[in-house]
Amino acid sequence: MLQVRIHGRGGQGVVTAAEMLSIAAFHQGRHPQAFPSFGSERTGAPVVAFCRMDDRPIRSREPISAPDALIIQDAHLLHQVDVFQGLMPNGYVLINSNRTVHELGIESVAARLPTGRIITVPATDIALKHLGRPLPNAVLLGAFAAQTGFITLDAVIHAIHDKFKGPVADKNAAAATEAHDLLAQTAEPVKETL
Amino acid sequence: MSQDLKFYQTGTFTVGNRLLDPDQRTVQSSLARDNSLTSGHRACQGCGEALGARYAVDAAMRATKGQLIAANATGCLEVFSTPYPETSWKLPWLHSLFGNAAAVGSGIAAALKVKAQKAGLEHSATHVIAQGGDGGTTDIGFACLSGMFERNDDVLYICYDNEGYMNTGVQRSSATPPGARTATTLPLGPQPGEEFGKGKNVPLIAVAHEIPYVATASVADLHDLEAKVTKAMTIHGARYLHVFVPCPLGWGSASSDTIKLARLAHESGIFPLFEAEHGEITSVRKIRHRVPVEDYLRLQKRYAHLFGSHPRPDIVARLQAMADKNIKRFNLLEDAA
Amino acid sequence: MISQMEGSQAVAQSVALCRPDVICAYPISPQTHIVEGLGAMVKGGTLTPCEFLNVESEFAAMSVAIGASAAGARAYTATASQGLLYMVEAIYNASGLGLPIVMTVANRAIGAPINIWNDHSDSMSQRDCGWLQLFAESNQEAVDLHIQAFRLAEELSMPVMVCMDGFILTHAYEQIDIPTQAQVDSFLPPYEPRQVLDPAEPVSIGAMVGPEAFMEVRYIAHAKQTMALDLIPGIAADFARTFGREAGGLVRRYRCDDAETIVVALGSVVGTLEETVDALRAKGEKIGLLSIRSYRPFPLAAVRAALKDAKRVVVLEKSFSVGLGGVVSADVRMALSGLHLRGYTVVAGLGGRPITQAALTRMLAEAVADTLEPLTFLDLNHDIVNRQLAREAATRRSGPIAENLLRDVGGKSPRTETADKTEVTA
Repeated sequence: MLQVRIHGRGGQGVVTAAEMLSIAAFHQGRHPQAFPSFGSERTGAPVVAFCRMDDRPIRSREPISAPDALIIQDAHLLHQVDVFQGLMPNGYVLINSNRTVHELGIESVAARLPTGRIITVPATDIALKHLGRPLPNAVLLGAFAAQTGFITLDAVIHAIHDKFKGPVADKNAAAATEAHDLLAQTAEPVKETL
Repeated sequence: MSQDLKFYQTGTFTVGNRLLDPDQRTVQSSLARDNSLTSGHRACQGCGEALGARYAVDAAMRATKGQLIAANATGCLEVFSTPYPETSWKLPWLHSLFGNAAAVGSGIAAALKVKAQKAGLEHSATHVIAQGGDGGTTDIGFACLSGMFERNDDVLYICYDNEGYMNTGVQRSSATPPGARTATTLPLGPQPGEEFGKGKNVPLIAVAHEIPYVATASVADLHDLEAKVTKAMTIHGARYLHVFVPCPLGWGSASSDTIKLARLAHESGIFPLFEAEHGEITSVRKIRHRVPVEDYLRLQKRYAHLFGSHPRPDIVARLQAMADKNIKRFNLLEDAA
Repeated sequence: MISQMEGSQAVAQSVALCRPDVICAYPISPQTHIVEGLGAMVKGGTLTPCEFLNVESEFAAMSVAIGASAAGARAYTATASQGLLYMVEAIYNASGLGLPIVMTVANRAIGAPINIWNDHSDSMSQRDCGWLQLFAESNQEAVDLHIQAFRLAEELSMPVMVCMDGFILTHAYEQIDIPTQAQVDSFLPPYEPRQVLDPAEPVSIGAMVGPEAFMEVRYIAHAKQTMALDLIPGIAADFARTFGREAGGLVRRYRCDDAETIVVALGSVVGTLEETVDALRAKGEKIGLLSIRSYRPFPLAAVRAALKDAKRVVVLEKSFSVGLGGVVSADVRMALSGLHLRGYTVVAGLGGRPITQAALTRMLAEAVADTLEPLTFLDLNHDIVNRQLAREAATRRSGPIAENLLRDVGGKSPRTETADKTEVTA
């Protein structure tokens, strides 16, 4: 089983990201489960959502405390919330930022993980370019596919079209593809097993 | 109202059907009336609510050709009409709770609408009334009433207003008038009875909802009451009828004075009779022989403390001022011309 | 069709397949997505004919359902928590009148302190009202139980609550198989009311009943729930035949054969418990799980049969009777009258406190060793409890409890520590 925790802020589509991730994994024939951190958060408040995926139905309903991967939709949260809590020693971290890991001041976290497991991607910039709005969630899923191999870009694009309709879906898909391709050039492709 | 004749009797309170064409006579004068609330119920002698309910429901039955369902709030009307295992109701009738008659009416109307749609009809042939006393309407049932109004649900809500919680032993409601004695507004202290500055005018609140039809009526004016019910039943959407019904038990009046008191309430201006459509007052029932409020008050023991060994003419004057305000506000006097 | 979707949307689709005539909606988390989904279907014309009423309160929602049901309509609403409590008078009225309304309860805690998260306090507070209560373990089961609930309600002419864990199920995305309209139509016949408001056949419904017959009317409600003990397994079996999968029934046994320890639970925590039981079984522990799917009627005989050969029973419940302990536990104990089993009540997950496999494993180890307290609160923070009790002992004006506890919890959070450090260095 693979477990993903997504951190962001109310209004950034954190819950939608977890839902799309689950739809993508479902599209690949897996048994995913996505759920939010059940808060009454208003726009701007820190939000957490979860996604599990497995080859058999998932029975457990507890929140994810030891994630295999983290997606951080807002880098400002790095110093406000303990986003790295419980991260597996061989886990992945994907951060939405146009700064480097060094510039973000999280080398100590990077040092605990295998090389290259923390990656930043300028998802908000890419979102602004394609959507004209700072909505990084779908963009990050494209990058996440390239980074972890948990899901394919095809599946992400399918999930985007499941959640959104018309031009919004097309633009999100284009943005996700750009982020995917950006990382595919730099990151080692990984084949992760469940 | 279609008749041109104006009825005004002094010695008797029987409305003069004999002076009218048969087709203009009241529903109550007809042998074919439904007697929807039939005899044998347990209401007190001279009960204004029993009278008002029979008048209103019979008129609604005639207007809908008997295609009528009633939702009833808890209260005197419910208790006296359905002592288990008997019922006085000759139409389908549902009592649910004290505070939800309007919502139950909405539910019945919704069910009828779906049934009509399944039959390919725009409107159901069956109509819905919901009814209750002033407590069930202006207090505990107020939220459901307002909700039914604002959704414009296809229900005629009828409030039988006897100005207090009579079923539970005459306590004060938000329809209890200033100065009146109830078990919870005793004639004690500097402001005996219900205090001035409290209570609410639900007919005007209904008007403020801008629903298709609002009217006040009185058991003293049978023609007017029936005409308003009949008119209400020709309209779809939320409708409200507020009927003034004296209560001999709660008011300490003679059971033979019920109609007289209702008439004096109108003629003094203390209870104005009007109609409103979509938020606008469209008609008023004029006062033809104006009487002082004191004539109305003196017949009721609930106001006895205003006239006893320590009379309170100041309070009587304030009540007269209320009546004067109504007369001015609703333009209740006949035009001088 | 199988798809990945939100539990609430799935339930909305399931309810729509049952062809409801009248739906009343008042928003309260975590039930809102269900009625939003239904509202969209009515407004969009895919669920028709159907009346969707946006009412002014939960009290009105149930009252509208009462009127609609009495007029012969198939009526549905959904609520949770404070909303359920706000409609209590009408809930009792619906069952007292014998109206087969179906209502989803997206289980949520009751305040104060206000709390939007999941536990079972809301529906448990209504266990005596005469409604049947079915509990869903998963969203698939929630979908399936709604279809069964309409049939059960209408066969008995009694209202049914389908209880599903708020947020944990309602907001979870998972694989769900939505049946076809033809399947549902073949399983659920059109509503044929036992009593109906009809001008062609006028009846009075809701008359006052005095001492001469009140007990008998109430007894009939009990008799119907007793009949439901036979009806529920029958409907579940018929459901399995029609839809090709198992759902509902009175109870479900999981690895109970030869089990010395059996955990009793209801709702979505059953899944987490299955994982825990599997892990303990792998270590050689003889442990099993009993899921109660019909809480009202309470299946005394089925529970007794499932538990009688065990040595100990652990009732894990998301409800709490203040001043006594367990709510479900009391019922389980009644089922075990005369049997000498060791019994433990574990109150867990109140107000959304996560129930983790780690905590369950720790607790069950103590249970197996018979060192568990008879009444245990899973993951209770004794530290902040004791601090508040000490505060109250020390000073009269000790202040509001919840706010004190929050301050104590906050004082230990990393965020506040960081803030404190900043203050020191600044």
